[in-house]
Amino acid sequence: MTAVQTRIPVADAPAEPNRLRRGLPRIVAVAVVLVLAAAPLFLAPFATTTLTRIVVFALFAVSLDLLVGITGLPSLGHAAYFGAGAYAAGWVSINVTAEAPVPLLVGAATGAVAAALTGWITVRTGGVFFLMLTLAIGETVQQLANTWEDATGGANGLTGVPSVRLAGEPLVNAGYLYWYVLAIGVVGFALVWLVARSPWGAALRGIRDNEPRMRALGYPTAVYKYAVFVLAGSVAGVAGSLLVAQQRLVTPADLSFLTSSFALLAVVIGGAGSLWGACLGAAVVVLVRETLGASLDGHGPLVLGLVFVLVVYLLPRGAAGLRWPRRDKGRST
Amino acid sequence: MLVSVLNGFAIGFLLFILAVGLSLVFGMMDVLNLAHGALFLGGAYLGAALAGSWGGFLAALAVAAVAGLAAGALLSLMTEPLRNRSHLDQALLTLGVAFVAAEALIIVFGDDPLSVPAPPGLDGSVTVLGATYPTYRLVLIGVGAVLAIVVHVVVERTRIGALVRATVADREMVAALGVDNRLVKVVVFGVGSLLATTAGVLGGPIYGARPGLDATVLILALVVVVIGGLGSVRGALLGALIIGQVDTLGRLLLPELASFVLFAALALVLVLRPQGILGGAGARAR
Amino acid sequence: MALRSTGLRRSFGALAAVDGVDLAVAPGARHALIGPNGAGKSTLFKLVTGTMRADAGTVELGDRDVTGLSEVARCRLGMSQTMQHASLFGSMTATETVALAVQRHDGSRITPWPRRQRAVRERAEELLAGVGLAGRGSTPVPSLSHGERKQLEVAVALACKPSLLLLDEPAAGMSAAERARLVEVLAELPADITLLIVEHDLDLVFSVADAVTVLHLGRVLLSGTPDEVRASEDVREAYLGAKRREELFLG
Repeated sequence: MTAVQTRIPVADAPAEPNRLRRGLPRIVAVAVVLVLAAAPLFLAPFATTTLTRIVVFALFAVSLDLLVGITGLPSLGHAAYFGAGAYAAGWVSINVTAEAPVPLLVGAATGAVAAALTGWITVRTGGVFFLMLTLAIGETVQQLANTWEDATGGANGLTGVPSVRLAGEPLVNAGYLYWYVLAIGVVGFALVWLVARSPWGAALRGIRDNEPRMRALGYPTAVYKYAVFVLAGSVAGVAGSLLVAQQRLVTPADLSFLTSSFALLAVVIGGAGSLWGACLGAAVVVLVRETLGASLDGHGPLVLGLVFVLVVYLLPRGAAGLRWPRRDKGRST
Repeated sequence: MLVSVLNGFAIGFLLFILAVGLSLVFGMMDVLNLAHGALFLGGAYLGAALAGSWGGFLAALAVAAVAGLAAGALLSLMTEPLRNRSHLDQALLTLGVAFVAAEALIIVFGDDPLSVPAPPGLDGSVTVLGATYPTYRLVLIGVGAVLAIVVHVVVERTRIGALVRATVADREMVAALGVDNRLVKVVVFGVGSLLATTAGVLGGPIYGARPGLDATVLILALVVVVIGGLGSVRGALLGALIIGQVDTLGRLLLPELASFVLFAALALVLVLRPQGILGGAGARAR
Repeated sequence: MALRSTGLRRSFGALAAVDGVDLAVAPGARHALIGPNGAGKSTLFKLVTGTMRADAGTVELGDRDVTGLSEVARCRLGMSQTMQHASLFGSMTATETVALAVQRHDGSRITPWPRRQRAVRERAEELLAGVGLAGRGSTPVPSLSHGERKQLEVAVALACKPSLLLLDEPAAGMSAAERARLVEVLAELPADITLLIVEHDLDLVFSVADAVTVLHLGRVLLSGTPDEVRASEDVREAYLGAKRREELFLG
């Protein structure tokens, strides 16, 4: 046949630079984790606490990125699962035990169950319906947290959560607590990262790019979306259990629309689909909120709103990764 | 029971005024305007600042109408460059605007909940079939019904309404026919926002004005729109009346789970009729 | 029969786009579905693939009634398609695109953890080479030319290990050279794959097909060999009638 059809070894050539490119992030990743692990040895307790908040929020943002960036499911109510995990972990710490894996597992299970209960309806809708439904779910869960006072403490929140215990020892010291949070955060991040790079993750990206085509290839896309929705809910629940370990308090604000928006902002700033980016975005959001929050007299949302507007106009490429198949537009080109 | 049904109607009509703008803006422009709740809140705060006398109440309505029209036109211009971007981008933009607007309102009016008095003469209560009922809410039902009829007639019977409906049904076709509907879009966005701010003033005596109210009413409006079907005036009316009843009844019977009742209604409709009760099959495909 | 439809019907409002179509495609056939604009070809295609639900009628794949099955299930049973608008996956390379289809159909487990898929990659590259895209595997899909994307569509469809391959206007928008290559690719397909081709380009149809069904106004006008179709007065009438209308519009 023609020359085009003969197999030429050129196809294998890019393997070399690939190996280099693949090796470098690994080194960087190990270095970042090491620096993060060593941080409390050099930082003041206050700064360590801020770093703890960043790790908690980064894991939450990563779980959202799995939905928004990898699968193209733009959730506006992801804090519902974060908060549900936090409330459950807090409740079990107060009423049952605060011994280490228990609040964590309870948080993960609660996030997963909450996502499983709400997810089946949401993933079967597309586009703007998904936005609306996740928003509605988030608000509903927040109102539930506000009104169900017996379990949640109502508007005051769930107070008096004891410190997490590791092998019987309560983690009171900010540094130890940070290491606990960091360890779980790194494991959670690694989990999401592995999923994103797996054959299954490739299918999720396929759904993001072109869902009808994936169906035509024989992928039951609704099942995939449901599974990733539950997984993201579960990781968010883990992040929630870390939140309560750090704050020792959960309030309805933790599962509010505002919290969802902060996470979405972290994802968008970092560039949707990039899990590292989501972590960096989370760091930016937490730092801005903590430093500006005080000077702005609690009007953080004002800044957040302006940043949203600016990001949408100025970083269209960052937001471009968020695109999911648009049936009406995709056809005309 | 009768009081609850009447409350349901009052809230239902209020929700219709609020939601119809959201529904038409979405149906016409494919833009989910998350700033819609903030517009309502703006109206509510205007009412809180000006109401108390009839003059003040009417002035609040007038200012709210003008401000709503202007805000809607501005939002329309702001979303125009994002026409070909994803729903999420548009949602993020309007979300950002909503945050800025809501915080600005809190900076101006403080973050304590404000109550809004009903205009004099309407602040008492009357006896309806043996039950006492606030006069204002009864009047609100009447005003809401009149507004619903006006909107319906405009959309269903006038030329501009026909263009709106045609754009909702098939955006590309209308564009392909060479109709320049940019002005129509600005007008629809403006009028939709005007209705939202007006609803805020009208709803003030019921809901008051407080931080967070914007999110609450936005969710209610979204639920109404989803239940009724996107871009449909009759759907918005039906959805609003249903949600008005479901919400008040839920609060009466299951006060702790009221928000779940709302969500259950939404889920039920989405499972049984994903395109909304009155939404056409086409509305969902795009 | 590899594919049989009986009394398929689908209307949009008052318009019956597909109005009781009986279609029988023999195993191993190169069956073409032609017809003037608005004949209902695209709708029929969607009814067969399961993308769209029929108002009435049945679709059988092999001996199996698949009428109630989704396109996902039909694909699993050996029905594969290329799409008219070659809109694949914007963030992937050609190899990744084909691999996505291969991994679903070659029995490899789609694990939620990374694993080396040497066999999947090799199969994907083999399929790419088979449609004339050897050496283009690491090119991002958006950087491929229109013709190349159409070739990629064929490779992706073949990766689903079809017994029946449905091609929706595979030559649309192709240059003459790309068309010639497409004819070669189609001619080289294994004989045990049944082809159903919806196509506008009659030259391509008559050079590939061994059976032709002509659709007109939602009904089957004629089914027969290419020669029979070429000789038919009715077909000429249908096409010429449509031609005249088109000329009216274009003229």
